[in-house]
Amino acid sequence: MMVAEEHRAPAAVARPLDEAGVRVAVRIRGLGKHFGTGEQRVQALQGVDWDVFTGQLTMIVGPSGCGKTTLLSVIAGILDGDEGEVSIFGEPLDRMSDRARTRFRTTNIGFVFQQYNLLPALTAAENAAIPLVIAGWRRDQAVRRATEVLASIGMGKKLASLPSQLSGGQMQRVAIARALVHEPRLLVCDEPTAALDHETGQTVMQLLRDAAVRPDRAVIVVTHDNRVFPFGERIAHMDDGRIVRLEEQATSRPNFSDFSPLM
Amino acid sequence: MGWIALKMLVGDRAKFLGIVMGLTFAALLITQQGSIFCGLMLRTCGQVNDITGADLWVMDPTVRYIDDVKPMLESNLYRVRGVEGVLWAVPLYKGQARVKISPEVATGRRAAVIEQVILLGLDDSTLIGAPPPYRVLAGNLRDLRLPDAVFVDSERLAKLYPNEDWTQIKKEGKTFYRRFLRRQLEMNDHRAVIVGVCEATRTFQTNPVVYTTYTRAKNYAPQERKILSFVLAGTQPGISPKVIADRIRSQTGLGAHTASDFAWMTINYYARYTGIPINFGITCFLGFLVGTAIAGQTFYNFTIENIKQFGALKAMGVTNVRIVGMILLQAMVVGLLGYGIGVGLAALFGWATQGGELAYFTPWQLLPITAGSIVLICVLSSLLSVQRVIRLEPAIVFR
Ligand SMILES: Nc1ncnc2c1ncn2[C@@H]1O[C@H](COP(=O)(O)OP(=O)(O)O)[C@@H](O)[C@H]1O
Ligand SMILES: [Mg+2]
Repeated sequence: MMVAEEHRAPAAVARPLDEAGVRVAVRIRGLGKHFGTGEQRVQALQGVDWDVFTGQLTMIVGPSGCGKTTLLSVIAGILDGDEGEVSIFGEPLDRMSDRARTRFRTTNIGFVFQQYNLLPALTAAENAAIPLVIAGWRRDQAVRRATEVLASIGMGKKLASLPSQLSGGQMQRVAIARALVHEPRLLVCDEPTAALDHETGQTVMQLLRDAAVRPDRAVIVVTHDNRVFPFGERIAHMDDGRIVRLEEQATSRPNFSDFSPLM
Repeated sequence: MGWIALKMLVGDRAKFLGIVMGLTFAALLITQQGSIFCGLMLRTCGQVNDITGADLWVMDPTVRYIDDVKPMLESNLYRVRGVEGVLWAVPLYKGQARVKISPEVATGRRAAVIEQVILLGLDDSTLIGAPPPYRVLAGNLRDLRLPDAVFVDSERLAKLYPNEDWTQIKKEGKTFYRRFLRRQLEMNDHRAVIVGVCEATRTFQTNPVVYTTYTRAKNYAPQERKILSFVLAGTQPGISPKVIADRIRSQTGLGAHTASDFAWMTINYYARYTGIPINFGITCFLGFLVGTAIAGQTFYNFTIENIKQFGALKAMGVTNVRIVGMILLQAMVVGLLGYGIGVGLAALFGWATQGGELAYFTPWQLLPITAGSIVLICVLSSLLSVQRVIRLEPAIVFR
């Protein structure tokens, strides 16, 4: 992959994390999480220490059942860890009240799910508008904004289509538009390509790279599909509830200096 | 979020219709059965309402309802007249009589027609209790004073003259009834002549009603020592009739009630001793149960089918309060639709059966009762969904 030298990932490593706090999107210290009790007990996460940076696409990879989804859920603030600290952009998630956390998610986090989770009764534009509606926008304004976002990712012709009239790739595009429409600072994607064929998966990953990665936003993609690994600058390998290896690689990331924001 | 909730609801057309139909069914059944019940109950006191013009009904103290006639001595009439505040008091006879119409008169039939009728004897001089002029379809009330004169009830006339060409009513309207004037019948072996036809509220017993004067009714009736069924009384203006009723009760030892109290006594009696309310109550309750089952089940299924979408909404920042609001909005919409369609259908049913044999009366109180039942069904149905969605962990969206 062709990359401009100054955008190589190691540049990020060169900056000490503590100094450049702004670049740290997610900070995790000693995070543990278990499910069930007694015989059924599963230690899904054990002592995860990790930082996620803005301006890059971070991947969590590893075998099935190693705790990727659990880690992502805790980062997204929809699941509580048992122990440890998680802060997003300096806000301590683990110490927030339920209400505060819900409000935090509304403005700061965008979600992309493996099964899209679009509302079957809403059109593409309406589905993409949901986060704005949740944030209190009026319906027409929210839909107008969502329409612009959909148009910018090549879905301008499918605005009025229902999910049932869209292909898997198109549904995932709508889901990506929905995840970006409110300009969140953190995007979490769980196996976004798992339900798609190889080629569509590549397109969707490319779209995520191009449309989602911005200097002030962190994008985390969970996957076990090694064919999409090349899209990530940073790859966290997980096994057995731990991050066992961190990998940095150059990718064909967009040049932020002449990046014309879609949003 | 409201519009999203509504689109979700309408989006699944089959389920949406299922829920609305369940609620419609319940609303229809409750309103329709309730109306038939009220119609029947109204019939029981039909005669109390038909006999207008009197403020008070005076009767034997043990009388419980209009058909519970316990004849009194005629001297009681004068005792009532003596009570202060009573302006006037007149006798009323109410009893059973057997009408026989000979074969020659009952055209085209070989056997004579014999029917039990309700015989009402009105005060000879004032005719108080007679049907109001607009309910007189043929003849003149004054003619009741002619020898052997009777008025017969139009609703049940077909029982007396089954071979008449009743289809002509449509063509001729009121004039149809003129043909019955001057026809003769036998009333308990006495001669009677029809001088008029009037409307009378269908009674619970379904017998035809025959009006005549009090004196003539005494002739028709079997000879008994006591013959006075009721005393109808007018009261001085400015004093509540209830106060005077109290006076009559304490001074004469008789029973005295306002017309509306007597009507309610009659309704209560029939309601208590016939088991009719239980029967209708069970049907209404079944309607309620079936409605709850259909609507609740479908509504819950609808929620379960959308559970991942609800989870996604929660993950994206929709609070429990708003989710509950969405579900309640959905419940409210289907509730309003079900109520509207159900009550509309019940009204249509009532309109279609108008004038037929079926008793049908929808008091306004029935509408809030139906509405309350529908609200209850909606609350019960959505409660299941609400608790399911409230307990839902947003983390399921990643499963
Ligand atoms: N809600 C849950 N209840 C019980 N066990 C769970 C639950 N969620 C995850 N687990 C268990 O935790 C472990 C990690 O799961 P998960 O994070 O989904 O793994 P991955 O996404 O890497 O496949 C697995 O063993 C899984 O069975
Ligand atoms: Mg997973």
